[in-house]
Amino acid sequence: MSEGMTKTAARNIFFGGTIFFFVIFVVLTAQSHFYILEESTDVSTLTASVERGKRVWEENACINCHTLFGEGAYFAPELGKVWVKFGGADDPETGRETLKAWMNAMPTGIEGRRQMPQFNLTDQEHEDLAAFFEWISRVDTQNWPPKPAE
Amino acid sequence: MKYQTQKLAYPYFIAAMGLFVAQVLGGAIAGTIYVFPNFLSEIMPFNIIRMIHTNALIVWLLMGFFGAAYYLIPEEAETEIYSPKLAWIQFWLFLFGAAAAVVGYLFGIHEGREFLEQPLWIKVAIVVVALMFLFNITMTLLKGKKTVVAIILTMGLWGLALFFLFAFYNPSNLALDKMYWWYVVHLWVEGVWELILASILAFMLIKMTGVDREVIEKWLYVIVGLALFSGLLGTGHHYYWIGTPGYWQWLGSIFSTLEVFPFLAMVIFSFYIVRKGNRNHPNKAAILWILGCTVLSFFGAGVWGFMHTLAPINYYTHGTQITASHGHLAFFGAYVMINLAIITYAMPHLRGQQPYNQTLNMWSFWIMCSGMCFMTFTLTAAGVLQTHLERVMGLDFMEVQEQIALFYWMRLGSGVVVILGVLLFVYATFSKGKEKQAS
Ligand code: HEC
Ligand code: HEM
Ligand code: HEM
Ligand SMILES: [Fe+2]
Repeated sequence: MSEGMTKTAARNIFFGGTIFFFVIFVVLTAQSHFYILEESTDVSTLTASVERGKRVWEENACINCHTLFGEGAYFAPELGKVWVKFGGADDPETGRETLKAWMNAMPTGIEGRRQMPQFNLTDQEHEDLAAFFEWISRVDTQNWPPKPAE
Repeated sequence: MKYQTQKLAYPYFIAAMGLFVAQVLGGAIAGTIYVFPNFLSEIMPFNIIRMIHTNALIVWLLMGFFGAAYYLIPEEAETEIYSPKLAWIQFWLFLFGAAAAVVGYLFGIHEGREFLEQPLWIKVAIVVVALMFLFNITMTLLKGKKTVVAIILTMGLWGLALFFLFAFYNPSNLALDKMYWWYVVHLWVEGVWELILASILAFMLIKMTGVDREVIEKWLYVIVGLALFSGLLGTGHHYYWIGTPGYWQWLGSIFSTLEVFPFLAMVIFSFYIVRKGNRNHPNKAAILWILGCTVLSFFGAGVWGFMHTLAPINYYTHGTQITASHGHLAFFGAYVMINLAIITYAMPHLRGQQPYNQTLNMWSFWIMCSGMCFMTFTLTAAGVLQTHLERVMGLDFMEVQEQIALFYWMRLGSGVVVILGVLLFVYATFSKGKEKQAS
C-alpha cells in the first residue's frame, strides 16, 4: 500500500494534513462557540441562580447516574427535558414544587428498584437546581431526544 | 535491556497492574448494583463506584503509557533518561494523587463532570506530573537519536497534556461546557492517544520481527495521519445534540466514519509485519497481545463505533447501553491491550527473566478477551432493545430497564470472567518463571 511513497513524503503529508485539519476544526468550533451564544442558548437568562444550579448538579455528581443531553451514565433517566416532564414549561411553580418533592422523596427504598440518594439540599439549592433545569430545557438540541408518538 | 534507566518503567507497570485490578473490581460492584439495586445504595451509591471505575481506568492507562515511554525512549534515542530522579518523583506524586482522589471520592469529595471528577488541586497535580514527565522525555530525546517512533510517541504525550488543559475550563453555559469537554475526551481517545498506541505498536514490531525500520516508520506516519485527519473533525459525532450547529451532523457523520480506517490500517499493518518478519522471537505472548490489540480495537472502536456514529442512527441510540458496549470494547481493545502488550513484552527484560509464564499469560489473554467480547454483546443486545422500546416506542426509562434486566445479569457474569483473566495476567506476570525458554 505505502510501498510507492517515500518516508519523507509520508511525513510531510502527516504534518501538513494535521495542521490543515486542526485549523479547520478550531475555526469551526469557534463558529460553534458563537452559534451557542447567539442562537442555541438563551444567554440573557443565564442568571446567577442557573449558574449555582449547575454547581449543585456537579457537586453531587448527578452525571454519574443520569445523562444530560444524552451524555453521562446510563443508570438513571435522561434529565435534559425533566423540567417539561414536571410541568415547569406551563407553570414554573409546579415545576419547582414537583422537583423539590422528588428530591425530598428520595430514596424510595423500594426493594428491587434502583435508588437515588437523598442529597439534603437547602431551599436555595432547590431553587437553583430548578432554574438550571428550566434553562437547559430551552437549549436548541436539534430536536433531541426523540419524541415517539404517544 | 540495553539502558539502565529503562528500569524506571518497572514501578509504573506495577502500579498500573494494581490499579487495573481495582478498576475491574469497581466495575463488578457497579455491575452488581445493576442487578441488586439496593446493594450498597445507602453507603456507596452507584455514581461514586462508577467514578472510581472510570478514573482508575484512565489513571492506570496513563501509568502504563508513562512506563512504556520510559522503557522505549532510551532504546530509541540510544541514551539514558535525562533525570531518573525526576521520574521517581513524578511516579510517587502521581500515585499519591490517584490514591488521594479515590479516598476523596469515597468521602464525597469530587467535581461533577464525567471522567473529570478530580478536585481542582488534583487536576493541578496531574498537570505538574505531566510537565515533569514531558520535560524528562523531551530532554532525553533532545540529547539522543530522534527516531520517528520516539517523535510520534512524544507528540502524542504532549497532545495528551495540552488537551487536558481544557479540563480547567468549565463555563456556566452547559452547551459550551459540553463542547469543550469533548476536547479532552474525544481528542484523547480518537486523537492523540492513537499516536501513543501506534508508536508503541511500531516499537514492539521493530524489536520483535526484525522487519526494516524504514518500512515500519512509513506505516506509522500513514496510520497516525489517517487517525488525525479523520479524528479531529470526527469530534463532530458528539456535536449532534448538545446545542451545537446542525452542520455537525454532516461533518461528524462523514469524518467519524473515516475514523475506522486508522484502526483497519493497524490490523493490516500488524499482521503484515508479523508475517513478513522472520525472526523467531521467543515472546509469543507479546505477539498475541499485539495482534489481539489491533483486532479488538478495530472491532471495538471501528465497528462498534461506526454502528452508532451516523447522525440519523445516533439520534436514537445516543446515551443508551449501545454507548456503554462501544465504550467498553474500544477502551479495552485499544488502550488496555496495548498496555498489556508492552507489559508482556517488557517484563521479562525488566525482571531479568526468560519469558516467564507464557502459557498462563496466553490463557489470561483468551479469558479476558472472551469475557470482554461477551460483555459487549450483551450490552449491545440490551442497547438495541432499549433504543427500540424507549426511543421508538416511547416507553418510560425505568420500565424499559426492567425488561432488559436479564442482560445485566449476563454482563455481570462476563465481568467476573474478565476479572479472573485480569488476576491470572497479574499472577503470570509477577510469579517466578519456572518455565524454561522454549528455544
Ligand atoms: C445513585 C444514582 C443517582 C444519583 C447520584 C442521582 N440520581 Fe436522580 N435518579 C436516579 C434513579 C435510579 C432515578 C429513577 C428513580 C425511580 O424512578 O424510582 C432518578 C430519577 C431522578 C429524577 C426524576 C426523573 C424522571 O424522569 O422522572 C430527577 C429529577 C433526578 N433523578 C434528579 C437528580 C439530581 C438533580 C441529582 C443530583 C443532585 C440526581 N438525580 C442524582 C438515580 C440517581
Ligand atoms: C478492562 C475492562 C474494562 C474497561 C476498559 C471498562 C471501561 C468502562 C468505561 C469507559 C465506562 C464508561 C462508559 C461510558 O461512559 O460509555 C465504564 C462503565 C461501566 N463499566 Fe466498565 N470497564 C471494564 C470492565 C468492567 C467490568 C469487568 C465490569 C463489571 C461487570 C464493568 C461494568 C461497568 C459498569 C456497570 C459501568 C457503568 C455503565 C453505566 O453508566 O450504566 N466494567 N467502563
Ligand atoms: C479507541 C478508540 C475509542 C474509544 C476508547 C472510544 C470510547 C468511547 C466512550 C467511552 C464513549 C462514551 C462517552 C460518554 O461517556 O459519553 C464513546 C462515545 C462514542 N463513540 Fe467512541 N471510542 C473510540 C473510537 C470511536 C470511533 C472510531 C468511532 C466511530 C467510528 C466512535 C464513535 C462514538 C460515538 C458515535 C459515540 C457517542 C455515543 C452516544 O451518542 O452516546 N468511537 N466512545
Ligand atoms: Fe468520539
